[in-house]
Amino acid sequence: MNPALHAFAARVAGQAISVFARFMTAPRAIWQGIEPVPRQRVYFANHTSNGDFVLLWTVLPASLRRQTRPVAALDYWLKSSLRAFIGREVFNAVLIDRRPEARTEDPVTQMVTALDQGSSLIIFPEGQRNSSDTALLPFKSGLYHLAKARPEVDLVPVWIANLNRVMPKGEVIPVPLICTLTFGAPIHLSGGEVKDAFLARATKALLAGRPDAEGRE
Amino acid sequence: MTSPDLLWLIAGAGAILVFASLIGGILRQKLSPNGENPVIENLSARITSWWVMVIMLGLAFLAGRTGVILLFALCSFAALREFLTLTTHDRADHWSLVACFFLILPLQYAFLATDWYGMYSIFVPVYAFLLLPIASALRGSTKDFLIRVSQTQWALMICVYCTSHVPALLYLQIPGFEGRNVILIAYLIFIVQLSDVLQYVWGKLVGRTKVAPNLSPSKTWEGLIGGALSASAVGTALFWMTPFSPLLAAAMCLMITTLGFFGGLVMSAIKRDRGVKDWGHLIAGHGGFIDRLDSVIFAAPIFFHVTRFFWSTT
Repeated sequence: MNPALHAFAARVAGQAISVFARFMTAPRAIWQGIEPVPRQRVYFANHTSNGDFVLLWTVLPASLRRQTRPVAALDYWLKSSLRAFIGREVFNAVLIDRRPEARTEDPVTQMVTALDQGSSLIIFPEGQRNSSDTALLPFKSGLYHLAKARPEVDLVPVWIANLNRVMPKGEVIPVPLICTLTFGAPIHLSGGEVKDAFLARATKALLAGRPDAEGRE
Repeated sequence: MTSPDLLWLIAGAGAILVFASLIGGILRQKLSPNGENPVIENLSARITSWWVMVIMLGLAFLAGRTGVILLFALCSFAALREFLTLTTHDRADHWSLVACFFLILPLQYAFLATDWYGMYSIFVPVYAFLLLPIASALRGSTKDFLIRVSQTQWALMICVYCTSHVPALLYLQIPGFEGRNVILIAYLIFIVQLSDVLQYVWGKLVGRTKVAPNLSPSKTWEGLIGGALSASAVGTALFWMTPFSPLLAAAMCLMITTLGFFGGLVMSAIKRDRGVKDWGHLIAGHGGFIDRLDSVIFAAPIFFHVTRFFWSTT
């Protein structure tokens, strides 16, 4: 296929996925700690469903959306040619290999390269989908290494509420329910902060956006 | 389906909105030129949303039966999405929830579109009522079972069954009123929503005695009586476009405005219990679809059946 046509198909597919996500979840962005302005950011969110980054991408203003790339698992997104099209062409994902023994590139280096090219990122620091009863799984260290490599970039916590009820793991057809995405105040690595302390602070910042914390549900 | 009466109603609603927009614009210039007064900002958001709603409704009316049915099917969908977001359910209910949206809702409106009264008037309270709990039971989770199935049924009754009785008015056969049924819908919505607005105005001006202080601080007896009476006066003056005599038009209006008021009260009780202020966020200034439709939802089925009983030949 010629490249212009390919790019057009990717744009149309992106719009279609976005419209479908809106139809299913009427997503509502609550900009609690920051405003949706064009600044380089790393959005880090809780991960309960494959639709998480689609929803986050959908609620961003179109101008921010174009320069925001999700960080996703290579083993999942290259499994079929359709997934590869959606992952690579539609969302321009930074595909990282979660298997240390198999990978040729370091995930943190890949993310830093994307930041240096001017992109914002969407990452899920839990590293895998959370289907447990706890609110969050322990964070992987990627977020810390990213904060250390590019300390000036805003790390923005985004709590995605309700999407796990729209599409519980193992179900095929989603149920339309309203989802909210709460954007908290950005955090940065402070001088001399060690890894565990930073990750604990990031976890706390993310949990602060949870609607349950406001006495709901 | 267009008739001069319908155009009069749409033009009337348009004139009220032009007037409201002018007042809103003046208030904004005086009190909130830089958007600093939240009450004024909410008021102008509300007026803008009213424009969108009136235009959507007007277009649906002009598009005929299909347009009206489609519009209300979409309203049902959005309302159900808001309602089920706040109800209790767990993973075992997944299939019954999927069925609510993608089976029961479309079927209810399909039965309506084929004018199958015997089916659409019992489909949700009989078939859905009995079959949905089976889908939940088969998955084996018993925790909060009765709460879960009751809340799902309530959501369906409110958002699908009751809401579908607005377009059902198209299928009544009233001698001498053929081809003008869409007026009944426009009349119902106009009077009930006018009553909502006037209740708000009367409540702000002379409201003292709260109807249910725990549920809603803004609903007062003065607001109810003033709003219902003044909206009914307008409805009575418009009797000539309905199948009703002036006296019966007044009685019908008092019935639907009172039902509308208490519909709002019941839906407030649910919101209070769930700890939310609004059902949703899609209608700027108003909240969700249910926030705007609650009074119409409560008035529609009884308006439909009373009209059917006394005036329709089917």
